[in-house]
Amino acid sequence: MSTRSTTAPPPSSSGSPLLRVSGLRKSFGDHVVLDDLDLEVAEHGCVVLIGASGSGKSTLLRAIDLLEEVDDGSIELRGVDLADPWVDADAARARMGMVFQAYNLFGHMSVLDNVTLAPRLVHGRDKREAEAAAVEMLTRVGLADKIRAYPDQLSGGQQQRAAIARALVNDPELLLLDEVTSALDPELVGEVLELLAELRREGMTMLIATHEMAFARDVADQVCFLHEGRVHESGTPAQVLGGPQRTRTREFLARLHA
Amino acid sequence: MTTWQPSERALQRAAYRAGRRRRSFGVALLSTVVVAALAWWVLVTSPGWERARETFFDPAEFTDVLPGIAEGLWLNLRVWLIAGAVSLVLGLLLAIARTTTAPALFPLRAAVVGYVDIFRGVPVLLVLLLVGFGLPALRLPWLPNQAAFLGSLALVLTYSAYLSEIFRAGIESVHPSQVAAARALGLTRGQTTRRVVVPQAVRNVVPALLNMVVALQKDSGLISVLGAVDAIRVAEIAVTGSYNFTPYVAAGFLFLLVSVPLTRAVDAYNARRGWRGARGAAVGIR
Ligand SMILES: Nc1ncnc2c1ncn2[C@@H]1O[C@H](COP(=O)(O)OP(=O)(O)O)[C@@H](O)[C@H]1O
Ligand SMILES: [Mg+2]
Repeated sequence: MSTRSTTAPPPSSSGSPLLRVSGLRKSFGDHVVLDDLDLEVAEHGCVVLIGASGSGKSTLLRAIDLLEEVDDGSIELRGVDLADPWVDADAARARMGMVFQAYNLFGHMSVLDNVTLAPRLVHGRDKREAEAAAVEMLTRVGLADKIRAYPDQLSGGQQQRAAIARALVNDPELLLLDEVTSALDPELVGEVLELLAELRREGMTMLIATHEMAFARDVADQVCFLHEGRVHESGTPAQVLGGPQRTRTREFLARLHA
Repeated sequence: MTTWQPSERALQRAAYRAGRRRRSFGVALLSTVVVAALAWWVLVTSPGWERARETFFDPAEFTDVLPGIAEGLWLNLRVWLIAGAVSLVLGLLLAIARTTTAPALFPLRAAVVGYVDIFRGVPVLLVLLLVGFGLPALRLPWLPNQAAFLGSLALVLTYSAYLSEIFRAGIESVHPSQVAAARALGLTRGQTTRRVVVPQAVRNVVPALLNMVVALQKDSGLISVLGAVDAIRVAEIAVTGSYNFTPYVAAGFLFLLVSVPLTRAVDAYNARRGWRGARGAAVGIR
């Protein structure tokens, strides 16, 4: 993939953040997964979520994308609380992009149809317009020759890049990525991470759950360590990954390097 | 690229396998002949065989009645195709109706559950009799009262209920992550059902649907109880008075002529899409 020299707008430190999560609580039965959790993502910012398996990273991302109903707290996107049941959830979801660990491409559709589905159904683009945009996006993620292919004919890395294209083609205000490389063979991880780093340089606002610490160090302007349903420690990658202050964070990082 | 010369070892293995195949074929042939001979012997030595052969397998009677029965079978085939197509469409609509969540549609969902419970729970013969003799008693002026129509209607009632359960199983088999992906893109619940869930659901249950369609081909013969002049009714009329049951055998023969190739075609299709029975994909394992 070519490295484009797009000048990213500087992260805005002034004004309200694009996304502000506060006091978020989510439980499954008796099991409290998110407990009074606070988190902010600035416009053009990139926040990386780390934490042990089962610490609630996926649940948090799904809650933000309104795929899980939360017990309490607020999820403000540009100041509007999406957790309020009277907010149009379909419209809110259409403003965010979500990429899943297992790609979740639609198996009965070609790659092109996967990517044009939402532009046509949700964003009211006509077929020609949607296909042109999809081809451009697929070319960008290096899948120009796989447009007519079906998901099961692609490698994992190609499927994940198609899934990213499917999310990006709708110009999301916020991109949510849930361990998008953990299902990939090691040699395919690089191609996906490189694509994400490029999006980052272009100023895409991202919230990323990942176990790729080297990647986190490169792209994140903030790293949040999730533990016991909250952001246990957060700061710049150098602070959290380089010199963690809290015991649990140190233990988690030590286990990763072990 | 080098051309492959089978090794001495490979040739020995091939010869061994060929030998085993010849042996297997011989054993299969022998056991078939023995079983068939035994069955034949039991049949022809049974005390009533002479009588039975005259009343069930009379060649002259067979060729006599065959054209008439074939004409009747044409009605069965038309009933099968029309009732099958209507049942498939109705079954899918019933299954989709059950997935709706709008409060205004609650009566619809309740009605569908009741419908499916009733028509799955009542024997198809009973549905036929109730529809065939009950509906005309209402004397609805707009309701056609031909036996073939009422019979088809009864078959549609029963089969659409069965098919809707198959479609429902298909809808439930679609992984929730597919729904999550569609909703994450901003698709509404209805759009997700139509564009993502139903197409995958139908694909997942095609083998089961085809088996029901084959079963309907046989059950189309039940319309004869309403007096529709189908293959079975023609045979029945021929039997009446003569006390020779060869026409029934002729009707059975004609049904087999349709259903066996149909079953084979369905099996072949299912095997091709990778849906196999107990034997199949694992057959090559030594
Ligand atoms: N649908 C669900 N029902 C019940 N428990 C769930 C469900 N989804 C997640 N959980 C539980 O919530 C916890 C957090 O899961 P998850 O968010 O997937 O963690 P992570 O993504 O950090 O590995 C786990 O203990 C998991 O078992
Ligand atoms: Mg997860």
